[in-house]
Amino acid sequence: MSNEAVLHAHSDVATHDAHGDHSHEHHHHETFITKYVFSQDHKMIAKQFLITGMVWAVLGGLMSVLFRLQLGYPDATFPWLESILGKWAKGGHITPEAYYALVTTHGTVLVFFVLTAGLSGTFANFLIPLQIGARDMASPFMNMLSYWFFFGASIVMLSSMFVETGPFSGGWTAYPPLSALGDASPGSKTGMDLWIVSMALFVVSSLLGGLNYIATVLNMRTKGMSMTRLPLTIWALFFTAVLGVLSFPVLLSGFILLIFDRNFGTSFYLSDIFINGVGALPNEGGSAILFQHLFWFLGHPEVYIILLPAMGMVSEILSVNSRKPIFGYMAMIGSLFAIAILAFLVWAHHMFVTGLNPFLGSVFVLLTLLIAVPSAIKVFNWLTTLWRGNIRFTPGMLFAIGFVSLFISGGLTGIWLGNSALDIHLHDTYFVIAHFHIVMGVASMFGMFAGIYHWFPKMYGRYMNNTLAYMHFWITIAGAYMIFWPMHYEGLAGMPRRYYDYSIWESFKQFQDLNRFISLVAMIVFAAQFLFLFNFFYSIFKGRKLTTLNPWEANTLEWTTPIHPGHGNWVGEIPEVHRWAYDYGKDGKEFIQQTTPVGPDESHH
Amino acid sequence: MTTTIPNKEPQKIHPHKFAMWVAMGSIVMMFAGMTSAYIVKKNQSSWLQFDLPLIFWYSTGVILASSLTMYLASKAMKAREMSRYRTLITITAGLGLAFLVMQYLGFKDLEARDIAMIGPKSNSAVSFLFVITVLHMLHVLGGVIALVTLFARAFRSSVKNYSAVPVEVVGTYWHFVDALWIYLFLFYNWIG
Repeated sequence: MSNEAVLHAHSDVATHDAHGDHSHEHHHHETFITKYVFSQDHKMIAKQFLITGMVWAVLGGLMSVLFRLQLGYPDATFPWLESILGKWAKGGHITPEAYYALVTTHGTVLVFFVLTAGLSGTFANFLIPLQIGARDMASPFMNMLSYWFFFGASIVMLSSMFVETGPFSGGWTAYPPLSALGDASPGSKTGMDLWIVSMALFVVSSLLGGLNYIATVLNMRTKGMSMTRLPLTIWALFFTAVLGVLSFPVLLSGFILLIFDRNFGTSFYLSDIFINGVGALPNEGGSAILFQHLFWFLGHPEVYIILLPAMGMVSEILSVNSRKPIFGYMAMIGSLFAIAILAFLVWAHHMFVTGLNPFLGSVFVLLTLLIAVPSAIKVFNWLTTLWRGNIRFTPGMLFAIGFVSLFISGGLTGIWLGNSALDIHLHDTYFVIAHFHIVMGVASMFGMFAGIYHWFPKMYGRYMNNTLAYMHFWITIAGAYMIFWPMHYEGLAGMPRRYYDYSIWESFKQFQDLNRFISLVAMIVFAAQFLFLFNFFYSIFKGRKLTTLNPWEANTLEWTTPIHPGHGNWVGEIPEVHRWAYDYGKDGKEFIQQTTPVGPDESHH
Repeated sequence: MTTTIPNKEPQKIHPHKFAMWVAMGSIVMMFAGMTSAYIVKKNQSSWLQFDLPLIFWYSTGVILASSLTMYLASKAMKAREMSRYRTLITITAGLGLAFLVMQYLGFKDLEARDIAMIGPKSNSAVSFLFVITVLHMLHVLGGVIALVTLFARAFRSSVKNYSAVPVEVVGTYWHFVDALWIYLFLFYNWIG
């Protein structure tokens, strides 16, 4: 089945504009609805994912600013808070219920909506067809559905914030019994119902997307594009999709059992519970740990679902902007593969203190620490790619280097946390918060920023402003370290996560000033993101126009498409690929695109 | 339009069929999650032992028969025997519906024996059986809907479509939900 046939079979896109005229008037008729709303063009769907993800990033970030306000200034009152949050901030002071709701929603939104849908949804959609040489995804229709399920999930999640009892507030991991019993807390009522509906829609969206990405990468590559000629972005997005397709269904299983416990009185997770004001519950024989197993069987691969796309894009951007081939291409693929496998075998390291059999714990320690091997291979290869490179410090490149820095800093603390003995002390402290925010949260945000700055010219045919981008980068990287570095010290001192007010604890009072400092920096960093947002939206309409097809002098196929590619990406034939994606600085040539045939006098590659 | 373009690489699997295989892998993971939760739970306290509804044996026979008719339907389609094909997919969908009804009767049987599946008196052993079976029934229902769509297409007179791909995709799925039930049935009887 050729690429053309698939596109023709599922949309009415004409590729008859082979004569190079690409004006929109001449392109087959598209209405506003089919072009911008219910679009089946992977590039438009990618932009939809990106912008929805950005909206969520702003909301999720704002939530963190609000709860940092409480942590940094537990005694102060802010009357303006009451005017925006109403009863959730009575007297200008965020209530405990609101605090937990903010923490929970911040986690859910950032992990799933921003760093899963916003990151891999955007770049898998945008880059897979463009970089493998396909007209569109295997099923453009399913791809469209994937976005609209995500949109539905977003609407439901957003609406949960406006119900009377508030959004779910039992932590983003939704452990029962808080998630299973409506009487357990205000947020466990309607808020939790909406949370679970939203997450179910989100799982469907991820599965539809993931199926498509896998089918597209394996079946729709252009002529000559063997698997080992794929750019590393595609390999990373491919493994991401595999992880998602195999782990999200297990989460759904866990949610289904949770729904039955919530609404149909079963006892999968509930046993011997007494609620104040309600009395003893009839549920017997359930096990809350069972939910944790099902949750973390997704939850751990989810970490790599978030991280791998960033790794792939960073590999590509580092190589392009160092003007050097990526160091150890096959080792990069091998380590992605190893990470994908290990991702499924380490979930119980989130559960060391649940009464897990210590012998079992030691097996999970070993498997967890094994992840250090492929991770170190990747770091080594990134550094050796940079080594003696002719580096161009574009904004995308800076964020890619920032990613490597954060991945190292956050990865090292992972080795601490992976030990079950140390975890007894560190579990559920700020050390964990610091670790995962650096290695997964901020690092993946950096991968996302790198991707946006790098591929913006391909997305919109214009450049983003460099000055604003540099300011954005330096404030964000400095701020990220200033926010999360001190948290390591707090965590080592035993300061637990999720507490509402530390000033009433003798042991944690000493951190009051540090907490205030962290909150202050968090606000500054949040404000700095508006430099990016302004830059992004301004540049869509007013940015400097692209005059060349290949602004970064990169080798990959997306830069052979017209500046404003139509639906179908290439005018005329899809180009044939003759080499891998990383022929930089070869035989005295600065770069050789993948479409250039191998010459007779060329040295072996 | 598909037919006008020569198939350059015939050895390659159609992307839709491939996507179906990946989707099946995904569904397998979902049921693997369920059945492993079942095993974990079974090894903990208060697990009720009870006899499976007898009708599950018959429903197993019915879904096996439907797999056979599905196989014959796709063979008929490829041989362009359209009337035979239409009859066979109708029978397949009918058998699918019969299977769903029989599963439902199985639940009725448990109810009659006073074994609660949900609610405060239920035991997780029965709740698991109920949830997993209902989840499988929903997947069979999805297959029946797909068959009805094929059926509608086969009777559409304006467009004649002889592409075997949709039939093969649905057929693969149908055999898959069949195999899934066989697995669940063996699991309930001898493993779980």
